[in-house]
Amino acid sequence: MMIKVDEKGFYGNFGGAYIPEMLYPNVEELRENWEAIVASPTYQEEFQSLLKDFVGRPTPLYFANRLSESFGAKIYLKREDLCHTGAHKVNNTVGQIILAKKLGKKRIIAETGAGQHGVATATVCALMGMDCTIYMGELDIKRQRPNVERMRILGAKVVPAISGSKTLKDATNEAMRAWISDPVGTHYIIGSVVGPHPYPEMVARFQSVISEEIKWQLLSKEGRENPDVVIACVGGGSNAAGAFYHYYNEPSVRLVAVEAAGLGIHSGKSAATSVLGKSGILHGSKTLLMQTEDGQVVEPHSISAGLDYPGIGPVHAHLHEIGRAEFVGVEDEDAMKAGIFLSRTEGIIPAIETAHAIHALHQIEFNADDLIVINLSGRGDKDLETYIHWGNY
Amino acid sequence: MNRINYLFQTKKERILSIYVTAGFPKLEDTIPVLEAIQAAGADIIEIGLPYSDPIADGPTIQESNTIALANGMSIKKIFSQLLGFRAKIHLPVVLMGYLNPIIQYGVEEFCKKCKEVGIDGLILPDLPMSHYLEEYKELFERYGLFNIFLISPQTSEKRILEVDQHSNGFIYMVSSHAITGAKAEISPEQEQYFERVAGMNLSNPRLIGFGISDAATFQLASSYSQGAIIGSAFIKHITNSTAIPEDIQSFIQAVLVKE
Repeated sequence: MMIKVDEKGFYGNFGGAYIPEMLYPNVEELRENWEAIVASPTYQEEFQSLLKDFVGRPTPLYFANRLSESFGAKIYLKREDLCHTGAHKVNNTVGQIILAKKLGKKRIIAETGAGQHGVATATVCALMGMDCTIYMGELDIKRQRPNVERMRILGAKVVPAISGSKTLKDATNEAMRAWISDPVGTHYIIGSVVGPHPYPEMVARFQSVISEEIKWQLLSKEGRENPDVVIACVGGGSNAAGAFYHYYNEPSVRLVAVEAAGLGIHSGKSAATSVLGKSGILHGSKTLLMQTEDGQVVEPHSISAGLDYPGIGPVHAHLHEIGRAEFVGVEDEDAMKAGIFLSRTEGIIPAIETAHAIHALHQIEFNADDLIVINLSGRGDKDLETYIHWGNY
Repeated sequence: MNRINYLFQTKKERILSIYVTAGFPKLEDTIPVLEAIQAAGADIIEIGLPYSDPIADGPTIQESNTIALANGMSIKKIFSQLLGFRAKIHLPVVLMGYLNPIIQYGVEEFCKKCKEVGIDGLILPDLPMSHYLEEYKELFERYGLFNIFLISPQTSEKRILEVDQHSNGFIYMVSSHAITGAKAEISPEQEQYFERVAGMNLSNPRLIGFGISDAATFQLASSYSQGAIIGSAFIKHITNSTAIPEDIQSFIQAVLVKE
């Protein structure tokens, strides 16, 4: 089965654009124009040049020698942590800011959870001289102080979301409300493969540079484009979508999506949407969603702020439903241990989100000569507080 | 005949629709609030089904949703409260809610229950026209439920005509680029938009909502349409009320005073 978004924005049973009429013109404008704009030579010239000189692409595909030895497989790390601003998020914000400019937008809004997408958005807004407002849950603002200050240094306004649970989903609600209030001048840079069509596909396309590079890098290092396994962590799922994108339709490549199991999948403190979620609608698309029996959205938990989203992108819901991707849940404690382990075996302190993907090596089966690529989606600088607080190193 | 159509056939102007969140301010206030709205002289009642993530609503209605959910309101609960309510309430009643809780309840079962208790229509802000036509239209019609569409200042003329073609009951005109309850005054640009749509000779009547809060804004909106919808201002008024029927009476009568 080909994995591809259809005209209405569905991947199988998931996706679509369930949006209030007030947003229809904006979303329609984007849907009608984005592919043509992104395909145009002037767009591509600017995009490629910024990816190279501003973001620092291509990012290395690094053979992790000691990690490989300790797991008995050939393990490569795709070093998205070396992107400017410290994670893959900037691939998407660079792509969308050029698009926003071409659409004649003057103002940018975005939501952020841990602050990585907020920083990546504030960064490209500074680069382009565009007005920038970031919505962030009041609780997250307290938890992620350094990123809040980074955004402010970059000239962005950070607005607290004080409704509901005061975290990522509420920040997303606030950003959508702000978009409704200024539909003509504002572009909303969604940070993950979520939201109404065309966002999930558009964001995946901007992130697909990850697997595009893996293909040629692997070819030159190993003489083959396809690894046996690709592993990536999934909150909303943008880094996983980027790492899987060019392998969706290569059945020999195993795709492993790693979710945050928090304190345990069935502890009531988890973000393992593929296990705990049911089909539902959130932020404009139909997808797997953590919710009560009455259809109220549940607040997830993960030690990593970037993974505690109550849904997953519709493409991941589809990959899960048809069994194309394996879903693994990694608990807080195990992720922290894996973060320390990677730090000491390879000299790389990963983001705690990314540490979940590392720990998945303990939870999946593979053969001794398997070629495994882990998407190292972000670096751990932003998580120093959490590492220190955890303390077990 | 659907009560909404009957209303618009018998009353042509200054139609007042009042929005209230189900189970607010207290869980068991729903029916007494409906009775008071009817007694005070409103024409339509919108009952909001509370949702954890109401993206089209401003802070006042969001807060009322949070309180109602904490009170224990749910779709099951509202249907049990509405069972037999038609013995007391003759006004047209529409349910306003977001799609997800309805999908979890079961869309067909939901429609069936609506018909059973005597609901006349639905306003579902996150159900866009295309999804409605493909997945829900037939079901809603089977159970005699009108689907009320929204239009906003950004809605193109072509799309307004499409909305008009697929509407029954009335068209909900969102007054501005806004979420509910956002502003207190109506600007000249908004008036131009009201006038533009009024001049389109649509086949459905129109009610203007979002930002309507008092006699002045109600009067102004009514001069460009068949009437208006008040939500946030009403919710604010009853939030800390200790005498709900009296407070509702005074609020609605003040709105209906001709200036």
